[in-house]
Formats: sequence, C-alpha cells, structure tokens
Amino acid sequence: MQAVKMVITGPFSAGKTRFIGTISEIDVVSTERRITTSAEQIKDNTTVAMDFGRITVDDDLVLYLFGTPGQRRFDFMWDILSQGMLGFVVMIDSTKPETFREAKRILETFESYASTPYVIAANKQDMEDAWEPEDLRIILRLDSSIKILPCIAGNKESVKNVLLELLYSILEQIDQQEAQNQTD
Amino acid sequence: MALKGNLRDFSTTQLLNLINLARKTGTLTIQDEDAQPNATACMSFKEGKLIYAHTGDESNNLAKILETTGKLTAEQARVIQTKAKGTNNKQLGYLLIQAGLVTQQDITQSVRHYILEVVYKLFTWTEGLFRFDANELPADHQITISIDLESVIMEGSRRLKEWEILQEELPDLDVALKFTDRPDARLQNINLTVEEWRVVSFVNPRNTIKQIAKANNLSDFEIRRIVYGMLQAGLVEFSRSVKTAVSPSQATAPTTKPQDTRQPIEQQPPAVKRSIVVRLIDRIRGI
Ligand SMILES: Nc1nc2c(ncn2[C@@H]2O[C@H](COP(=O)(O)OP(=O)(O)O)[C@@H](O)[C@H]2O)c(=O)[nH]1
Ligand SMILES: [Mg+2]
Repeated sequence: MQAVKMVITGPFSAGKTRFIGTISEIDVVSTERRITTSAEQIKDNTTVAMDFGRITVDDDLVLYLFGTPGQRRFDFMWDILSQGMLGFVVMIDSTKPETFREAKRILETFESYASTPYVIAANKQDMEDAWEPEDLRIILRLDSSIKILPCIAGNKESVKNVLLELLYSILEQIDQQEAQNQTD
Repeated sequence: MALKGNLRDFSTTQLLNLINLARKTGTLTIQDEDAQPNATACMSFKEGKLIYAHTGDESNNLAKILETTGKLTAEQARVIQTKAKGTNNKQLGYLLIQAGLVTQQDITQSVRHYILEVVYKLFTWTEGLFRFDANELPADHQITISIDLESVIMEGSRRLKEWEILQEELPDLDVALKFTDRPDARLQNINLTVEEWRVVSFVNPRNTIKQIAKANNLSDFEIRRIVYGMLQAGLVEFSRSVKTAVSPSQATAPTTKPQDTRQPIEQQPPAVKRSIVVRLIDRIRGI
C-alpha cells in the first residue's frame, strides 16, 4: 500500500480547512479551536492547528491532504510536513489584500523546501470583493508559468479542479525529467 | 564497601529511596547483562540529590542532548560534534553560549531533561547488577544539576505503571503504522501535540514504529505513549505489509552508530511514478 501526500498551505483563514473538508472522505481532523486559546509559547502540551484529510484511490494507493498550521510560530512544522510531498497548493483569501504578502512569504518558504510543483488557489471567488486571479499574479509578481486558479473552497468541482491542475503539473514535471534522462 | 546487588531483588525505586533517606553521596551504576550493548547506566548523587546520570553510549554529549531537546538542529549538532571533538561538555557549553547558539537556561533545561530520561528509563528495568560507589562523583567537566529525589521517585513510579500498560498494549515496535482505513473512524476533535504531529508525518507502511522513534529522537516509552494514543483515537492502525519493505540495511539498524540512526527511515518516498499520478487524476476526476 502506497501513501502519497499533498500539502495545502496559505495564510490563516485562507480556506485550507474548508478546502480539505470538501474533498476528504474522512472528517477533517482539525485542531483549530484549541489553538486560539493557547498561550503564545510552545509548550509540550500545546496543540497545533493542522488539517488532515484522505482520498482513497484503490486498495493500494491513498492520497493524504495535510493543511498547514497558519500561525507563524508553527513555521517549523512546515519543514516536517513538506518532507516527501507530491506537490502543494497555496491558498489565498482573494478578498484580503492584507494577507497577500504573507501568502507570498509562505510560497517562497515552501519552494525552498522542495522542488515539487505547486499551484495557487485564488480562493473565495464567490465573494464580491475577491481579486481576480490575474490581478493577483501581477501584485504577487508571479511568473506566467505558475498556475493561479480561481477557487471556491466549499465547491467540490472547484476543489477538484485545483487538485487536478496540480496533478497535471506534477505529471508534466515527471515527463520533463524523463525526457531529460533520455537525452543525458 | 560498596552496595551491590541485583534489581531482581531490589528495585530502582527502593534504591533511590535509600539514597534519598540516607542522603548518600556517590555513583550508582546499573548494568543489564542480557540487553544489547549500551545497557549500562550511571547516576550520581550529592547528599541525596540527583546531580547527574548517563547511559553507557555516547548520548551524553552536550550537542546531542541539545539536539534531542530541539535547541540545536540535527545539522548544527553534527557539525559541532565533528568540530569540537574532544571538547568536554562544560567547555562546549561555554562556547555555545558565547556563540549565541543557546542560552545558559537552554543548557540547564536540556541536561535536566536528559538526566531525568535516563533515570525514568531505569524504573522499567527489572533485572541488572547494581553497585553504589560512595563518594565517587562525575568528572569536574561534566555539567551537573540538583534534583530532589522525591519527585523523581513519584514520576518514575507513575511512568512504570504506564509503561507496564503500554508494554502490554504495544509489545512490538518493529511494526509499521498506517492511517486508519475504517470510514467510520471518529476523527473529529483530535488534539495533537507538536511531537504527535511529527510522528504523524512519518506514518507510512514503510516505517516501523522504532524507525519513527529514532527519526524523532523519541525514547521507546515516549513513542509507545504517542502511538498508543493515536491507536486509541482511531487515527492510525497497524500495517501488516512492513516485512516486505524493510531492506537488509534497515534490519541491521541496532548496530549502526548513533549518527546514522536517522538514515534508515523513509522520509523521502522514491520518485513518484507516472502511473501513480495518473491513477490519482482518474480518481479525483471521478469524485
Ligand atoms: N465565501 C467563502 N467563504 C470561504 C471560502 N473558503 C473558506 N471560507 C470561509 O472562510 C473562513 C476561513 O476558512 P478556513 O477553511 O477555516 O480557513 P483556514 O484558516 O485556511 O483553515 C471560514 O469561515 C470559511 O467558511 C470560500 O471559497 N468562499
Ligand atoms: Mg484551518
């Protein structure tokens, strides 16, 4: 039985929990409530807000979705989480420009951990004041090769689309590497 | 004349009680002949207070201790251990503080944690030769602290009970875990500690519980406690497919040096095959 993993990251309240909950076949394990009341310092018994969801493919393949904790003081968890991931999704609350800079920082951190493909989900597109994906590209100064996908985290088709686009990018990377190996 | 005997007849709890009540000064050495190498532990006392402890292996190196408590990263600890070879713990402590890598408090807390872990582990030993050498104390260059034995005895006894239960529930650490397959698993509102999340991120049919413990610097007791909790919560279950996945090099893990203990674990799955991605795509399209 093989287990593969994808990481869903992004600033606090971007929609990570909602996103994983929409597609996961198990109730999302989320520890958010506890975290808001816990003290600033990480003590041994401090719990970390992180989501965990699952999609079973067949008897011997399962995909896990890990949502990262939003708070900065849990940054060290990212390193642990990114180990061995297939790819990652950076979620952005398109209605909150004040979080865009933070989203970019998170993106860059994850990029430095692994050279796995990623996509950006411009979330909350159902809301009136949501920025359009292409405007986000400009303001975040993201290369045209990076996929920025419109997203509504509570909508199954929308979530499927984001995950599929990420998988297509992963496939592309595999094909490129294989092509390169053949020319080597 | 030294106090001598076997833990079969005289438990760790009783020995510590004696040392505490008689306010003894000296070093207690316990040796478990049946266990693998390294099964020697020494504890030193000054007027009935615990001041130092270490096991027979190299784990009492300060860099290693600070790594275990997360004050140094694995990489930092490795570099320091190579560069500062031959430097004793006290000197090393000064150097690290001066370099701004850790604080005095980090060192005290970490050494305290290390000492207590060694001692608590001894509570679970049921056999082994012991010897108390009066007035023998650790070398001057060791970092010592002072801990009341009453609290140590209480916590140790508590852990011993827990240990016995855990041992019974989870006798074999050479099995792997996987996330539960039961769709009815009650997974809501599980609160996991940082340590537990670390373990969670290694859950994979290819990693045995023992390997996960090593990769996270957790003792047998600590990993048992975490895994037991996760089993109880229905988050994970045992995976039977591990045997086929353990390579010969992994099977010989117990003889590898401490520095090598991180390697057997599978952190980075092999390059993902195209066919797997295709299967994932098909599955998600069908949702
Ligand atoms: N309108 C709308 N609300 C959303 C969307 N995604 C998430 N939310 C809401 O935004 C809030 C934060 O979402 P949550 O998933 O908890 O964010 P997290 O901190 O990233 O896990 C919740 O109240 C969600 O219901 C979306 O696509 N549209
Ligand atoms: Mg959340």
